[in-house]
Amino acid sequence: MSTLQISIYRYNPETDSVPYMQEFELDTQGRDIMVLNALEMIKQQDSSMAYRRSCREGVCGSDGMNMNGKNGLACVTPLSEVVKDNKLVLRPLPGLPVIRDLVVDMGVFYKQYESIQPYLQNDTTEPTMERLQSPEEREKLDGLYECILCACCSTACPSFWWNPDKFVGPAGLLQAYRFLADSRDTATRERLARLEDPFSLFRCRGIMNCVAVCPKGLNPTRAIGKIREMLLSNAT
Amino acid sequence: MVTNITNLGRSGLSDWLIQRVSAIILAVYAVFMVLYLLFHPGLDYATWSGLFSQTWMRIFSLLAFISIAAHAWVGLWTVSTDYLKQTGARFAFQAVVMLAIFVFLVWGVQVLWGA
Ligand code: SF4
Ligand code: SF4
Ligand code: FES
Repeated sequence: MSTLQISIYRYNPETDSVPYMQEFELDTQGRDIMVLNALEMIKQQDSSMAYRRSCREGVCGSDGMNMNGKNGLACVTPLSEVVKDNKLVLRPLPGLPVIRDLVVDMGVFYKQYESIQPYLQNDTTEPTMERLQSPEEREKLDGLYECILCACCSTACPSFWWNPDKFVGPAGLLQAYRFLADSRDTATRERLARLEDPFSLFRCRGIMNCVAVCPKGLNPTRAIGKIREMLLSNAT
Repeated sequence: MVTNITNLGRSGLSDWLIQRVSAIILAVYAVFMVLYLLFHPGLDYATWSGLFSQTWMRIFSLLAFISIAAHAWVGLWTVSTDYLKQTGARFAFQAVVMLAIFVFLVWGVQVLWGA
């Protein structure tokens, strides 16, 4: 195997007037390493390269990026999964402002997350010990609570690209459903009312890009469908 | 909650419902038309205008026209709010679409009940 050709999006607002692609060559010695490992080897060649990472095992959600056109976590994506014709193109997550190189400004993403009030709300008197949940009720949260907020899904969603200030996006909506589905939460009506307008939820066109890229195998489209059902049965 | 004043139902939920219901009506109308044309191969003017002189057919057609009007408005309004970021351009586009839909609807009624 010849050396891997890696092309990386570079932009340093202090020195570059426009972003550009920089070419690197990497000898992986035939090993199928993760994209993040490859990036770390490149950083040894060029220490000005900027990207986020922390846990390097798909838990913290900080190294979401676009690898050969598909969003994912660099730390759990082996080269063999994305490299085509010995080439790899790395870009920042699409649709968010770039701070530097592969580092994006997640502000608007977090703002949408905040808008769904991602915490348990319960206006009944507190029990002395804890609010109990049956195993069946707890099961409803499976496939929802595992989200690590990596933003791979929302930044793959065209509806989020066009209206990131108005459309909550798949990540936020998955969490909205996580609290709607929680038997201990009593703010269901208020939560639904905030999602009824033409943008917050209904901008979802069911394209399912979100499902295709989620590194945790979650399904925001299904959660969005469930919220829509709740809205419908509430209103008719 | 995002507020908006130019969408049809004033809520995303009603827009969504309008879009589904109008799609079903249009599908039924289209299937009916295709079947009618299949069962009347050598269709002449008398049979065709006979069909449209019946009240149920006029009501059915008007329902289809209203469905097209609503469907087109919800759809094109969505397109305009996705792609036209400049307020003036978006408003102009929405005004033109609204006018066109209105003209076609009135014209449709005239065709159905005129002549
Ligand atoms: S749903 Fe999946 S892709 Fe989206 S933020 Fe959560 S973990 Fe990431
Ligand atoms: S299914 Fe909805 S939320 Fe997911 S990518 Fe498509 S439009 Fe976006
Ligand atoms: S470094 Fe934490 S998810 Fe990749």
